[in-house]
Amino acid sequence: MTDQAATNGFKSGSNLETVLRAGHFAVTGELGPPQNADGEHIREKAGFLRGFVDAVNITDNQTAVVRMSSIGAAIIAIQEGLEPVMQMTCRDRNRLAMQADFLGAYALGIRNMLALTGDHQSFGNHPTAKNVHDVDSLQLLTMLRDLRDEKKFDCGDLIKECEPRFFVGAAAAPEAGPTEWRPYRLAKKVSAGADFIQTQLVYNVDAFKRYMEEVRKLGLHEKVYILVGVGPLKGPGMAKYMRDFVPGISMPDHIIDRMTKAATGIPKEEKKARRDAWRAEGIQVCIELMQEVREIEGVAGVHVMAIEWEEAVESIVEGAGMLPRPVVE
Amino acid sequence: MITGEQKPLEEIKGFLGDDRNVLVVGCGTCVTVCFAGGEKEAQILASSLRMSTKLGGDPKEVSDVTVQRQCEWEYLDVIEKEVQEADIIVSLACGIGVQAMAKHFPEKWVVPGLNTNFLGLPEEQGLWTEQCQACGDCVLALTGGICPIARCAKQLLNGPCGGSENGLCEVKRVKKDGGIPVMETDARGRKRPVMEDVECAWHLIHERLSSLDKLDLLMEVQPPKDWSTSRDGGPRRIVREDLLLLDEG
Repeated sequence: MTDQAATNGFKSGSNLETVLRAGHFAVTGELGPPQNADGEHIREKAGFLRGFVDAVNITDNQTAVVRMSSIGAAIIAIQEGLEPVMQMTCRDRNRLAMQADFLGAYALGIRNMLALTGDHQSFGNHPTAKNVHDVDSLQLLTMLRDLRDEKKFDCGDLIKECEPRFFVGAAAAPEAGPTEWRPYRLAKKVSAGADFIQTQLVYNVDAFKRYMEEVRKLGLHEKVYILVGVGPLKGPGMAKYMRDFVPGISMPDHIIDRMTKAATGIPKEEKKARRDAWRAEGIQVCIELMQEVREIEGVAGVHVMAIEWEEAVESIVEGAGMLPRPVVE
Repeated sequence: MITGEQKPLEEIKGFLGDDRNVLVVGCGTCVTVCFAGGEKEAQILASSLRMSTKLGGDPKEVSDVTVQRQCEWEYLDVIEKEVQEADIIVSLACGIGVQAMAKHFPEKWVVPGLNTNFLGLPEEQGLWTEQCQACGDCVLALTGGICPIARCAKQLLNGPCGGSENGLCEVKRVKKDGGIPVMETDARGRKRPVMEDVECAWHLIHERLSSLDKLDLLMEVQPPKDWSTSRDGGPRRIVREDLLLLDEG
């Protein structure tokens, strides 16, 4: 049987889709699976996120480091009462493996899928690996859309019963190069099949506003839900690292200054006090960013990436005035 | 052209085993142009092997010869005598030449003396860059004459990923000089290879199409590529019935 009827006209019937369709400002989080087979690790992290986000991204071998599979960790998230957004990169699987995993993921209850290119293997712990890139992230979006809407495999064969119906997401990097091309890349992702977008971390709100202006000119904000990537900084070092070494992130000086000044007056030897001061400021900066981007026309939500700092999510979402999360029937 | 770099001497020596008479065979085409396996390199390698094996206490008889092209039977016939006198052949041709030698002289043990690297362009004196992956289904008409299959680390077909910044790819390349990684010592005193910048192919494509007012070419979503024309379809061959020599008998 098909689940189309059961989703009441929704594409997937996922909580994330339902929240966005109801017009709520969505909040998603992120959970990185461990570099081991310990499911308890996921359960513990899930506890920091449950009730504070509408869905949580489960990363797929992020930064090309081998971790528990996103499908496995996503199932544990479901068991813990969290709705997963399963991430799928083009680096590790060809079109056969991808579609097989979509069928399996759907059968196990996963309803959101995020299509990503994937970090290059040279950044991870298996730099001598062969990469796949049989399809790219846009082709993956179309594959997901057609599995759902055309009930067709990539080869064109019909799925006779029970097609996998995902709410399909894509990433956007507004500040990556060439920046003038980025709104058009978003347009391509929308026409390829994206239902929602999660952006790379945004710290430079002015630059992001200019991007959104172009996005609105193309009418994309009316065709796709745009969730802005935000994340708490742990200190000025992290901010500088992002400025200098992470492509696609624009880090304004005033944020680096704020992070630096946060520990002013605290003696160097009081390491814990300095750390706490930086972290508190990092959370505050994140809260303000969330409130600022919320005011931009066409922004449908935020994607909170508290990397290896999941316990900060509650105070961030609460501080931004985004709790409690909506319950939509 | 096909480009290559000579293997380290120690690796080549390791191939020789107990064989005494060694013949180094150079190739006069691509690998001559990229200074890896031509007549001069064959002479130098032969001489290095002679000296090195002598110093190591197991001197070998090493001679050398260079043919016009190792990938054509008629040029291999010319060196029949030298080949028959040798116990082992070190071919300084590309992988095609090594295999041609092995096929043409089936009773001889043939080993490679260089690593075949890529199909490249000699951009300037001493610099060769990869341009083509021989995928069998050319996309250059869509991308303004800049190949994302050969020149994008992820072989993307629909534009740049998020790792493009200031025209550069986030994936760096190990800097090499003559095939050997250039090393540096970091702040903690550890040795590490020097990395160098790589241009983002999609940035170049965007720039070129933009300057030619053809950016609309990039707006169409390109479907998954048919890789069956590439290596994925198994070993490829070209047959031209019109050119095959008919058996007169």
